[in-house]
Amino acid sequence: MTFQVIVFYSFAAWVIFSALMVVTSKNSVKAALFLVLTFASASAIWLLLEAEFLALSLIVVYVGAVMVLLLFVVMMMDIDYAALRQGFVNKLPLAIITSLAFFALLYYFITHGEFGAVNYAQPEPKGADYSNIKELGRVLYTDYVIAFEAAAVILLVAIIAAIALTFRGRKHRKAQVISKQLQANKRNRLKIVSMKPSKSEEFVEDNDEQQDGLNDNKGEER
Amino acid sequence: MQNQLLAIVLLPLIAAVFTGLLGGKLAREWAHRITILAVGVACLLSIDIAIDQLLDEAQPLNYNLYTWAQLGSFSLNIGFLIDDLTASMMAVVTFVSLMVHVYTIGYMKDDPGYQRFFSYISLFTFAMLTLVMSNNFLQLFFGWEAVGLVSYLLIGFWYKKPTAIFANLKAFLVNRVGDFGFLLGIACVYLVFGTLDYAEVFQQIAAGYKDLQIPVTSELAWSATTFMCIGLFIGAMGKSAQVPLHVWLPDSMEGPTPISALIHAATMVTAGVFMVARMSPLFEQSEIALNFILIIGGTTALFMGFLGVIQNDIKRVVAYSTLSQLGYMVVALGASAYSVAIFHLLTHAFFKALLFLGAGSVIIAMHHEQDMRKMGNLKKYMPITYITMLIGSLALIGTPLFSGFYSKDAIIEAVHFSQLSAASYAYICVLVGVFFTALYSFRLFFMVFHTEERMDDETKSHLKETPAVVWMPLVALAIPSVIVGYFLAPSILSGEYFDGAITVAENHNTLAPIVEHYQHPFSLALSSYAHWPLWLAILGVLTAYVFVVMKPNLANNFKKILGPINHVLENNYYFDKIYINYFSAGGVGLGNKFWQWIDVAIIDGVMVNGTAKLMAGISARVRKVQSGYLYHYVFVMVFGLLVLLGWLYWRALNG
Amino acid sequence: MIGLSDYLLLSAILFAISVAGIIINRKNVITLLMCIELMLLAVNTNFIAFSHFLQDSAGQVFVFFILTVAAAEAAIGLAIIVVLFRNRATIDVDEINQLKG
Repeated sequence: MTFQVIVFYSFAAWVIFSALMVVTSKNSVKAALFLVLTFASASAIWLLLEAEFLALSLIVVYVGAVMVLLLFVVMMMDIDYAALRQGFVNKLPLAIITSLAFFALLYYFITHGEFGAVNYAQPEPKGADYSNIKELGRVLYTDYVIAFEAAAVILLVAIIAAIALTFRGRKHRKAQVISKQLQANKRNRLKIVSMKPSKSEEFVEDNDEQQDGLNDNKGEER
Repeated sequence: MQNQLLAIVLLPLIAAVFTGLLGGKLAREWAHRITILAVGVACLLSIDIAIDQLLDEAQPLNYNLYTWAQLGSFSLNIGFLIDDLTASMMAVVTFVSLMVHVYTIGYMKDDPGYQRFFSYISLFTFAMLTLVMSNNFLQLFFGWEAVGLVSYLLIGFWYKKPTAIFANLKAFLVNRVGDFGFLLGIACVYLVFGTLDYAEVFQQIAAGYKDLQIPVTSELAWSATTFMCIGLFIGAMGKSAQVPLHVWLPDSMEGPTPISALIHAATMVTAGVFMVARMSPLFEQSEIALNFILIIGGTTALFMGFLGVIQNDIKRVVAYSTLSQLGYMVVALGASAYSVAIFHLLTHAFFKALLFLGAGSVIIAMHHEQDMRKMGNLKKYMPITYITMLIGSLALIGTPLFSGFYSKDAIIEAVHFSQLSAASYAYICVLVGVFFTALYSFRLFFMVFHTEERMDDETKSHLKETPAVVWMPLVALAIPSVIVGYFLAPSILSGEYFDGAITVAENHNTLAPIVEHYQHPFSLALSSYAHWPLWLAILGVLTAYVFVVMKPNLANNFKKILGPINHVLENNYYFDKIYINYFSAGGVGLGNKFWQWIDVAIIDGVMVNGTAKLMAGISARVRKVQSGYLYHYVFVMVFGLLVLLGWLYWRALNG
Repeated sequence: MIGLSDYLLLSAILFAISVAGIIINRKNVITLLMCIELMLLAVNTNFIAFSHFLQDSAGQVFVFFILTVAAAEAAIGLAIIVVLFRNRATIDVDEINQLKG
């Protein structure tokens, strides 16, 4: 029972447990938090596999950014939790069957494939001055530089897309919208209506008859 | 010479097209002027050619004008064959056509379809000339169909009359039945001889050809020649209205009288006779076919004569007379007396056209009244018509020295001398037919021109001789009716007239005995008292006189006594009933059943509507796959992934 | 010792759980997104494990990119959900079926 084995099994247990909780939680916030726990445990396992940079970037990127974003959105939605609890049980058999099918397939292949210690020997643990970041950086900027640039473009596109989808513009903006001003034309703004002219005898000079026009029956003629 | 022939054929066609397309726009006079000019020129040229061929003994002309199509080594040509036979027919056709054209000016004066009529009769002249002048079976068939078509157009000329439409369809369909046999015959010709050209076929026959045997039943096999001849003759039966394909001719009287004269007396119905005479080398090879021809011809000659006696419509009498005389011509063909058949054809053309046009003249004068029971004593009012009709009737019954005598008596004698097995039956038929011919001809004559006046006063007041355009053709036709027989008889009977055009086998030569005994036509006429036909004819005239003039009531008594026979005769031996109620109705009913089962149920129901409904049904179900629910799509993706993985692993493990 | 197959088995279990989660969670679109993140996590673990046992950095580079794309996709997915919620006032997947045939 080496340290590695204990670490592996305990963190693996955490991963599986929290994954199950993510799937079965009714409360979205709880599910999000359990997902955070899953990522954290997975990150520990990655550390075991000597992928330090990626393990930490998992925490920083996933937990720190993506899960936070997810929690933001969950908080923002006004979700009716009561309604969401219905209909859980009748899909369970199908889910279990499908997932068991997947697992069985993968299990069979893993155990019958040549993935044992015979073919894949435990590699030498690296020295203390081994820098995973350095190694990764060396490979990333030489062999895979095009993919790297493409990943950068993908991120740019994601930014633009997210903004384009949700941005509605500020309300009550006082700025001028030139395009709308230029699109105005006579047909949309002006309408000529013909009206009957009022009779000229009504306009008399007598003060007596000049009333406020509310009670006389000449209002209809005007 | 070639240009002359082309002119003869094409002038009527051009006139027909011109009048047909532009006639409405020009004045009425131009319609008849153009067509009469064209047909007149064609007539003159034909007479010129006839003189060349017949009197000057020119060589027969046979050449191909134009190759229409080439199928490998088999070429379909348009060509002309001009020999004695063709030249005679050409002259007759164009002359009678010209007479009818002139007559029509008067007859159709008030008709709105004036130009159309002239166009049609010129077109007919073209078609008939093509038929007669052709040198191969295909062109013959083209002309054959074309005259059938124009006959259809002309019978139904007054197309708003339902009876006319019924009649023209009947004519066309019955003709078609005949044409079916004709086509089979032509196909047989090609099968045996490998060519459709007359000259080549006749050459092969003369040189001896290999005959095929076609099995009829498992034991019996007939030679292809018999099939060929019978097939061709069935075509002739349709066109020349022999029993049982005769039903269309009486109904064809729905058309105007000029075309009854032109088509159904002189020219179209004789196309069948002409064709058999032209194919004489072929028909000589098959005795079965000749027997068949004799039986059919004899039956037609006699039984149609019976029907002619009971008719009351003046045109119907002449129509049944035509049928009967066609029977005579066909009987002559059967007895291998081809030249006599053509001779009778020529003389019959003249006097039958005369009789028709005379009947038309009577009809015009009676303001289109055609029932003989309403006529009488027209001798007083229409002398010229009276005299010409008398001449025509005398010619028809075979009065000595008139043209009909020579041709008819020659036929009767030829049949008498024939050795074929059916000849005795045919002889009795034609002999008895002479009595009935005289009976109905003179019944008509006496009822119309003698006896008391049975018309109403209104018509009587307008009764006078018809205009010159109407009686001039009558006179023009009466003259040949008298003299043609006398002058042509010797050369025709001896076989010199059609020398080379008609071939008769030695054992079938039935004319030789006649020629042996009588060299001169006058002596032939004098000796007629010794033979049956003259006395039978006189008996017929006397019977007609008794029944019509002396004791009209006797006819009614006879009718009561012979009631059942009268019934059968009045229903045309039930031919019409059988054809319409069984064959036609059966065909229509079968078509109807097929329509219901196959067309409506299977094609419309299953194939067209069925596939549409199937598509609609399938798409209505498949449409539900697009549920719009995200999780359905996700599930499908997951499921697909599962399947894919499973399959890949399966292959990896087993492969 | 922990062999490669143990890590692979772990990743397989995670994947299966997330598939179950997708099928179960019809009422909450956000939980659906979370299950997708879980799936990606499982795949990433797989890559890292192979990268370690084969001593090849290509696996880790691939995880790097998957991380990037996953983050971008989560962001855009959430933006879509926000807009959807604005229009429909519900995140129940059962009620978002306007694109049905």
